[in-house]
Amino acid sequence: MTGTSFIFWIVALLTVGSAAGVVFSKNLIYSAIALLFSLLGVAGLYVFLWADFIAVTQILIYVGGILVLIIFGIMLTHRITNVQLSHSSIQRGVGGVIVLVIFAGLSAMILNAPWHRSPAIEPLETVREIGRMLMINYLLPFEVASILLLAALMGAALLSRKTD
Amino acid sequence: MVDYLLDIFSGIGWLSASPNLAFVLAVTLSGLPIFLFMAVNALVAVYAERKVSAFMQDRLGPMGQGVGLHAGKWGLLQTVADAVKLLTKEDIIPASADRKLFILAPFILFIGCFVAFAGLPFNEHVVAADFNLGIFYILAMGSVGVIGVILAGYSSNNKWSLYGAMRSAAQIISYEIPAGLSLLAVIMLTGSLAFRDIVAAQTGTTLGVLPSWFIFDNPFTFFAFWLFFVAGVAEVNRTPFDLPEAESELVAGFHTEYSGMRWSFFFLTEYANMFIVAGVAALAFLGGWLSPFPGYFEGGLWGIFWFMSKAAFLIFIMMWFRWTFPRLRTDQLMRMCWKFFMPASFLTIVGVGIWDLFIR
Repeated sequence: MTGTSFIFWIVALLTVGSAAGVVFSKNLIYSAIALLFSLLGVAGLYVFLWADFIAVTQILIYVGGILVLIIFGIMLTHRITNVQLSHSSIQRGVGGVIVLVIFAGLSAMILNAPWHRSPAIEPLETVREIGRMLMINYLLPFEVASILLLAALMGAALLSRKTD
Repeated sequence: MVDYLLDIFSGIGWLSASPNLAFVLAVTLSGLPIFLFMAVNALVAVYAERKVSAFMQDRLGPMGQGVGLHAGKWGLLQTVADAVKLLTKEDIIPASADRKLFILAPFILFIGCFVAFAGLPFNEHVVAADFNLGIFYILAMGSVGVIGVILAGYSSNNKWSLYGAMRSAAQIISYEIPAGLSLLAVIMLTGSLAFRDIVAAQTGTTLGVLPSWFIFDNPFTFFAFWLFFVAGVAEVNRTPFDLPEAESELVAGFHTEYSGMRWSFFFLTEYANMFIVAGVAALAFLGGWLSPFPGYFEGGLWGIFWFMSKAAFLIFIMMWFRWTFPRLRTDQLMRMCWKFFMPASFLTIVGVGIWDLFIR
């Protein structure tokens, strides 16, 4: 085991362990914090795939944006001095069986699929390549996505405006 | 720095035998100077802040003009006394606080700042982790600290703390956008996110005399520098944007309930964040480790000296702000961000693009 794979296992354990924490924690705010570590772990996994730009974007968008909004939402929707926010699981038996079936199916698929293996060569620069792809090869999907986001933004502004 | 240490370790017999240990050791050792730097930075900055405020407000004590009790010559021992006081203070965790989160919060805040330091170069060689995304990485890591602030406010179970945390979160995620957009002007001109390319693009002179730093490059980048700097001051919650702490309204904001060492983590992080904002502004707009006299005093230790001087000067301006402007109100703060800073930063991007394409 080399130093890098040692760190890989720590990151993988962090990701999966805290993802379990998100699901099993009874306290809503604890789930959100577990989600923080899970998201950071996923960013670490991207680094191991040499996708450094995606890793940093993951932290900027998910940790800096979405997770902050989630925590904000939790704190705004409850009485602010109440620390005990909880959520409980229902129908554990049925859920457990479904999860096991899905897990078995996915495992079988992953183990049997003929994966395309690309040689492990570290790319020199990822950002330039991503920019070129977005602006030349995938310009239409990129523009469609930005129109979708603009429409969502305008919708949110319209909904939050007072009707008078 | 990690690669450099690994190079050294491969020459040492017992370490080259186990690459696993060597790697972990190299990563740990490159983190250590950052930690030391953050601690020393806070000590120096606190002393500077006392002196600057004293000279600006004619406070006789710290100025060293008064007669009687002083902590050493020029108040030099004041900082030492402060550090000893913080180390020996009782650590209080309120009974009704959420104990786990209360303990965790300062560490999340501190780590968010600590990892950002890893990407900050002091000259062309002295950087903990040199990679292509430098500037983008530091922007992203700045957003991790917000979680620590929110948690500190929430877990304290105190309305002042919670109000401070809410204000802080709203403020940081709002001002992140103009800060990022104004840096985009520089990134457009260099075509790279790496600090070494950004600084390398600023070598030489403009108009014969001025160093060709991006702040002097064209009117729009000059404007972008101030946009970034003011948005950065807002992001680190300094006066006039210190609404999250606002001692006259919220006691001490999100860290009201913290004491002793836990509180000093917030303190350390605040000054380290100031240094990061000043450092990024110096690297992106003021030529980083380049000398202000192009061609003279360049390279090596001079690089570190110039970078530190530029950052220190910007920190001095932040302290100057503190004793010049009154605190803003929340609605004024938000209006300023969304109705002035946002359109202005878009304008700088368009302006820099037009300048670069047609006027240059």
